This record gives sequence, C-alpha cells and structure tokens, in this order.
Amino acid sequence: MLSERPASTSLDVLLGHVLRAGVVLSAAVVMVGGGLHLARHAHETPHYSVFLGEPANLRTIRGIVGAASSWDGPAVVQFGLLLLIATPIARVLFSVVGFLRQRDWLYVAITAVVFGLLLYSLTSV
Amino acid sequence: MTILGFTAILALASCAAGLVGALTGLGGGVIIVPLLVVVFGVDIRYAIGASLVSVIATSSGAAAAFVTEGYSNIRLGMVLEIATTLGALSGAFIAPHVPTSSLAVVFGLVLLYSAYLSRPNREPTGVQTGGDPLAVALRLNGTYPTPTGLKPYYVHRVGIGFGLMYIAGILSGLLGIGSGAVKVLTLDQAMRLPFKVSTTTSSFMIGVTAAASAGVYLHRGYIDPALSMPVVLGVLAGSFVGARLLATAHTRWLRTLFMWVIAALALEMLYNGLTGKL
Repeated sequence: MLSERPASTSLDVLLGHVLRAGVVLSAAVVMVGGGLHLARHAHETPHYSVFLGEPANLRTIRGIVGAASSWDGPAVVQFGLLLLIATPIARVLFSVVGFLRQRDWLYVAITAVVFGLLLYSLTSV
Repeated sequence: MTILGFTAILALASCAAGLVGALTGLGGGVIIVPLLVVVFGVDIRYAIGASLVSVIATSSGAAAAFVTEGYSNIRLGMVLEIATTLGALSGAFIAPHVPTSSLAVVFGLVLLYSAYLSRPNREPTGVQTGGDPLAVALRLNGTYPTPTGLKPYYVHRVGIGFGLMYIAGILSGLLGIGSGAVKVLTLDQAMRLPFKVSTTTSSFMIGVTAAASAGVYLHRGYIDPALSMPVVLGVLAGSFVGARLLATAHTRWLRTLFMWVIAALALEMLYNGLTGKL
C-alpha cells in the first residue's frame, strides 16, 4: 500500500491538517459570534438592499480584535472570518516549511513568493 | 422576513452552494452571488463580500480532503498561485472604477463562454502522452487516484496556463469571485489535466486567490458579518459532503454539472446587468 502513494505524501498530509484546523477553528468562532448576534436581533428585519458599508471598527484587523474582545456579536463573527481568510495564507506558509524540509529549493522560492504577495495584499488593511 | 428566517434560508442554500462548489472546483461564490442579488435583493457589494468568504470556506473545506487523497496537484497549484495572486491584486485596485452593470455583463459573458467550452463531449482531455518540457523542469507531471489505482498524467502548455491564471486573478479582484470557472477551464482545456485533477486543483487554489482580494474588500466594508455567518457555516458543511462524493462521481456527470451551473449563472448575470438591476 505504501508503494502506491505519491512521493509528496507527508506534505499532502501536513497541508490537509493545516486546512482542517483553520476551518474548524474559524467555524467555531463564527458560530459563537452568530449566536450572540441572533440572541439579540433575531426578530428584526435585515437591510441589505442599500449599501452602507461596514462600520470602521469592522474593517480593520485592529478594530475587529478590539470590538471582539468585548463580545460584540458581529465583531466576533468578523474575527472568525479573519481566521478563515488566514487559513489559505497559513497553508502557503506551511508549504514553504514543507518544501524546506524536503530541501526542494525551487519550490521554497515559489511558495515564498506567493506568501510575500499575500502578505502584501493584507498590509493595506 | 426576520433576520432569523433570512439566516436559516441562507444557511441551507449555502450548504447546496458548498456541495456544488466542491464538486465543480468553482467555489461557493458562483452560486452565492446570484442567490443574494437576484433572490434576496442584496446589494452586489455585500454579495461579493459574502461570496469571497464562501470561496475561501469551500476551498479550505474541500481542499483538506482533496490534498490528503492526492487529487490536487500541489506543485502546479503553487506555481499558478503566483499568477493568480498578482492578478487578484491588480483587479482589486481597478474595481472601484468599474460600474456594477458592466461588471455583471462581463461576468455573464465570461460564464457563457465558459459553459460553451465545457461541453462534456469535448474530449479528449487528460492526454496520456507528451507534455510541456517546462512541466518536466518544474516536476509538475503527476498521478491521481482512480478506481483502478493511481494513473499518471502530463501537464501541457504551462506558459499559456500561467497567463490565463493571471486573468483569472484579475477577474477575482474585479468581480470578487474566486474565478473558479476560468481556473477549471484553464487546467482542463489549456493544460489538459484529467477533469478531477482540474477541479480539485482549482479548489486548492481559489482560497489563496480569494484571500488575496479579501483584505482589500474587508477594508472597503464589503464583508458583512451577519450575512457571512450563515454563508460560511452552510458552505463548509456542503463542501465536506461534496469532497466525499467526488471520489465515486463519474467524470462525465461532473462535466455536465459544471456546464449547466455556469450556463444558468451566465444568463442570470447577463439579464441583471442588461436590465440595470445591478
């Protein structure tokens, strides 16, 4: 059975674990925040036909963390969404680590470039 | 309708979106956007925010299984992610200058052309011979699981694929979707991978493309927590089920599903763009 598996199996398994962990963690946080929000606003009417944009403290990482620490429902959900957005980024970071362990320098370089681009895209937040 | 009812319906629909998204490599967004805009009358900017989040959820939820089972071509995904992240950054910066109805028409035309290209009788793909010398240099050729054991395949036209992935990234940044359709089509039609390798490698990649655009959209206030909550949870549940079904699903059936999903969405988006609803 071992001979049937492709050579990069350890990397496959590592990345599978990273993705699963990120998804489970963010889903749990989103669920808690959603519960807090629904407990208070379940019977109101949703308004999404006019775009107002989110309040300033739900647009930046610092603002979200600040509001979430006082158990504000929407901010806790938003924090869970940050964890979800971080999951593919963590997956790329762990790929760099995985290729480093295999001493596969070409792919260390390729994955490091992707990681750098992702970090650049998030520094505008 | 109350927030509770809206949330419950959205969670159920998102479950279906995650299922279809995982099976087709399109991500949940391709279903979430028209659902929110056409059925619930949500402003497209909120819909785009929810869609980005759903794409990351489908991608991470389904890819966890696909990667472990050896369907996704990780090396190829990594190489092409350079192109998609660059494209996503470019697209997100020009997005505010594009009016929403033209945006919808562009979206519709892209999807319509994609549907035309993906007719199930357009064989053969996943050709077993040849391949690009660049694919050998980058060690991109691989194997994937079939009912009769691991089967080798070759990757074609790496350069063209890289260019098309840059365009897919721009579309993601511009429209706020993972542009999974362009990814699957590039991997399938241009690079000639087996269909299941194309869809699962697309699933693997779309999370990274969406994450590259998500920062910008979060900053603009497109990502609404109350709207995203049922979407994320529903899509995750659906994508886990979809990932389990993929191994036993017939390729022809998956191709047919892929074609009809994007054809239906193309028509919806064209209608809404042309009538100025968006």
